[in-house]
Amino acid sequence: MADLNRRLFLRGGAATLLGCSAAAHPWLTTVTLASGRAALGDNRLVVVILRGAMDGLDVVQPLGDPLLARYRPTLGVETGAQTLTGYFGLHPALAGLLPLWQAGEVGFVHATSTPYRDKRSHFDGQDILEAGTGRDVPEPEVRDGWLNRLLQAVPGIEAETAYAIGREALPLLAGAARARSWTPELRLTLSPQSRRLLEAVYHDDPLFHEAGMAALELSAEFVPGKMAPVAPGKGKQAEIDRLAGFATDRLLGETRIAAFSLAGWDTHRQQAGALAPNLAQLERLILQLRAGLGDVWGQTTVLAMTEFGRTVAENGTRGTDHGTGGAMVMAGGALKGGRVLGRWPGLEEAALYDRRDLMPTSDVRGWAAWAMRGLYGLERGVLEGAVFPGLEMGDDPRLLR
Amino acid sequence: MPDPADIAAFRFGFGLPRRAGQGETPAALLAALAGPDAGLRLWPAPGQDRVQALARAADRLQREMRKNPGDEARRQSYRQALAAVAALAEQQMLLTLARALDAPDSLRERLVWFWADHFTTVARQRTQAALPGALVDHALRPQVAGRFDAMLRAAVLHPAMLVYLDQSASVGPNSQAAKGAKGRRPGLNENLARELVELHTLGVGAGYGQADVRQMAELLTGLSVDKAGGQVFLPGRAEPGAEHVLGRDYGGEGMAPILAALDDLARRPETARHLARKLAVHFLADTPDAALIDRMAAAYLAQETELLPMYEVLLADPAALAAPMRKARRPQEFLVAALRALGIDGAALLALPAKEVQRGIRLPLVAMAQPWQTPRGPDGWPEAAEDWITPQGLAARIGWAMAAPSRLLPGGLPDPRAFADTALGSLAGETLRLAVSRAETRRDGVALVLAAPEFNRR
Repeated sequence: MADLNRRLFLRGGAATLLGCSAAAHPWLTTVTLASGRAALGDNRLVVVILRGAMDGLDVVQPLGDPLLARYRPTLGVETGAQTLTGYFGLHPALAGLLPLWQAGEVGFVHATSTPYRDKRSHFDGQDILEAGTGRDVPEPEVRDGWLNRLLQAVPGIEAETAYAIGREALPLLAGAARARSWTPELRLTLSPQSRRLLEAVYHDDPLFHEAGMAALELSAEFVPGKMAPVAPGKGKQAEIDRLAGFATDRLLGETRIAAFSLAGWDTHRQQAGALAPNLAQLERLILQLRAGLGDVWGQTTVLAMTEFGRTVAENGTRGTDHGTGGAMVMAGGALKGGRVLGRWPGLEEAALYDRRDLMPTSDVRGWAAWAMRGLYGLERGVLEGAVFPGLEMGDDPRLLR
Repeated sequence: MPDPADIAAFRFGFGLPRRAGQGETPAALLAALAGPDAGLRLWPAPGQDRVQALARAADRLQREMRKNPGDEARRQSYRQALAAVAALAEQQMLLTLARALDAPDSLRERLVWFWADHFTTVARQRTQAALPGALVDHALRPQVAGRFDAMLRAAVLHPAMLVYLDQSASVGPNSQAAKGAKGRRPGLNENLARELVELHTLGVGAGYGQADVRQMAELLTGLSVDKAGGQVFLPGRAEPGAEHVLGRDYGGEGMAPILAALDDLARRPETARHLARKLAVHFLADTPDAALIDRMAAAYLAQETELLPMYEVLLADPAALAAPMRKARRPQEFLVAALRALGIDGAALLALPAKEVQRGIRLPLVAMAQPWQTPRGPDGWPEAAEDWITPQGLAARIGWAMAAPSRLLPGGLPDPRAFADTALGSLAGETLRLAVSRAETRRDGVALVLAAPEFNRR
C-alpha cells in the first residue's frame, strides 16, 4: 500500500512541485521494500557471469586423459591440480573449495555451452548467454535477460526480490520485471528539498525517472561500510568482499536472487599467471558468501557461467584462444555437489568441435533451468518457453539436495 | 523550442557555452573538420618517441630489478621510471580533456573519442600506461578527417595494438622462429586477427568464418614489436606460403601482403556498413534509420574510404539536428560538459593539483562506470543510454554534481538560474528552470542543472 502511494505521488511529482507543496510526503519517509518471500519462497539463487571466456579445461582438468599433456604442455598437468575424481582434477587456485567439494557444496558441469557457435566473439557470446536465447546468433529483438524473464513468470515479484550488483549495467537482469541495481560503495547525501526537486526534474523522462528514483531510495537506505561479514581483504579481494558482503546483506533480507559479473577471463597469453588470480577471486566470492550467509547457505545455489570455453590446445603464446565447450561452476548448501556433471566428450581430435574445441554436450541453459525448477518450482513449459525459448531440458539431473 | 544550434553543440560537441569560432551549423562543423586541427595546436600531444622511450626505460629497469632482488637502488630507479610513465599518462588524459574543453572544432574531439573507442587498446602493464594514449594521438587523430584505410593501417600497426591484442607474441607455426626454437615451440595467437575482422572492419554479423580468422592470424605473423617498443616486421616469424582470407589470396614477402589485406578489408561493403552504423548509433540514436546507414556506407565506398563524405551524410540527415535527445552522454563527455559549463578551461584543468584530478575526475569516472582508458574488452564502451543511466551510474553523476563544482570554483558558484542558461541554453525545460529557482542553495541549484536529463542527454 505504501508502495502504491509512492508511485501515485511520483506520477504527480511535477504538479506537486508547481503547487509548492513543501510538506513531507510518503516517499521521503517510507522506503518500502516488498517481500519476495511470498513469490519465490526461501531459496536463494546467485548467478555470476564470468566475462572473457573462462577456460573450463584448466579449471576442471581431465587429468585421466593422456592427451591433455600433449595439447597443453605448460597448462593442465603442469599447474599441479588437486584431485577431484579419478579422472578430473581441480585447478590449484581453487584448492580452497576442496572442503566444499567434499561436503557436496561445490560441483561442476563440463563440456557445456550456450547455443552460440563458430564466430567465437566474446561480445555476441555474452549477449547470448545473458539473453538466454536458443539460436546460435544474437536475436536483437530479445532485449531482456533470462533472469528477468524468470521474474516475469512469477506473479507478485517486487523490485527487492532481485539485485544486479556492480557498477556496470547487467543485461542478464534487464527487462520488464522490476529488479534492483546497485553497487555497494556508493554514497549520496542529499537534503530533502534536493531530493524532491530531483524527483520533479526526472519525472518526465522514463529512463531518468526509474534510475533516479532507485538511486535516491537505495542511497538513503545503504551506508557503505555497514556490512563486513568476514575479514576484509586488499585490492581486488576487497572488491570481491564488498560484492559478497552486499549480496549477503540483501539475501539475508527479502532478496532471493542476486547477479553480478566478474571480468578478466580472456587468457590468450601466459595463462598460468593470468587465470590464477581470477580463480582466486571466484573462490573468495564463494567462501565469503558461504561465511556471510550462515544458515541461509543451505538454501542457496550459486551458478557461475561463461560465454564459451577455450581451445583444447594451448596456443603459441602459452595461452588459449576462443573455443566452444566450457565449464560451469556451481556452489551452495542447496546443491547436491561433489560431482562433475555433463557427458564428457573426450579429447581425441575427431571428438572435438571443429577439430579444435571441446565438444559441447549440453546446453548451459538446461542446468540453469533445472536449478530454477528445483529452487522455485517453475513449470517446465515456462522454462522451455518464456525463460529459455527453444530449450529442451531433457532428464532431471537432480542438481539440488 | 530547442535551438538547432544548441542541439548541434550537444550532439556533435561537448555542449555549451560554445568557444569563439565554434560552428553552429552542419556546414560550419564540417568546414572546421576539413581545416587544421585546432585542439592539437592548443594542446600538443607528447610525441610517440617520448612515450616509447619512457616505456622502454621502465621495462629495462624492471628486468634489472627482477634479476637483482633485494637491490634497493635498482628498485628505486624502477619506481622512478614507472612514476615518469604514470605522469606522462596523466598528462595525456588531462590534455585530452583540455582539448575537448577548449577546441572550437568540438566535432573533431568527439570523433577522436569515437575512433579511440573503435580501436580500443588497454595498457596491460604499468610500464605501458602511455601507449594507448599515443595510439590515439599519433595513429588515429591525424586520420579522423582523412581516410579509413590509412587509419586502419596506423591503428593495427601501432605498438599499443600489437601488444594489447597479443600480436607481438604470435609466431607462424611453420616459421623459422618456430622450427629453430629450443624447448617449447612458439606458435600462433588469434587475438588480433579475430578483433581486426570482428570489431575493426567487417563486424561480427558479416559472412566470415573461423578459417578466415585463422588464415588472417597466419597472414599477420611477422608483425611484432621490437626491443625499442616500435612496430617491426620479423621475417623469421612469418608463416611461409600464401594465405587465403575472405576469398582472396595474399602471397609474397614482408609487410606487403598484410597491408594489402588491410586495404581490402577497409574497402569491403560490410566494413562500410559497420562503420556507418556505429557512427549513426554513437551520434544519433541506438536504432538509427537504415536508409541513412545505406547512404553513409555508399558515400564511404564511392570515395576510397574517405571519412568526411560519410560524416557529411550523417550531419545532413534531418534527424541530426532534431529533438528529442535520445542518447546519454557517456561519463567522460558528462565531465567535460560539466567543466565547460562551469567555466573551467583547459589551462585551469591542467593547473589542478594531482589530488583533485584523482578526486574530481579519475574516481568519479570509475563510479560512473567509465574508468579512464580501461573498458572491459576490445569492443570498447557500451552505447545504449540504459547502460549508463543506471541507479548507480546516475547516483555517481548526482554525487559529482553536488560535491565537485564548489571545490572546483572556490571563488563561488554561479547563480543557478543563470547557470541553467549557460549550460543548457534553449534545451532547459520549464520543470527544470522552476526546480532550479526553488533550490535551497546555489550548490543544490547548480547540481540540479548538471544532474538533469537535459544535461545528461545529447
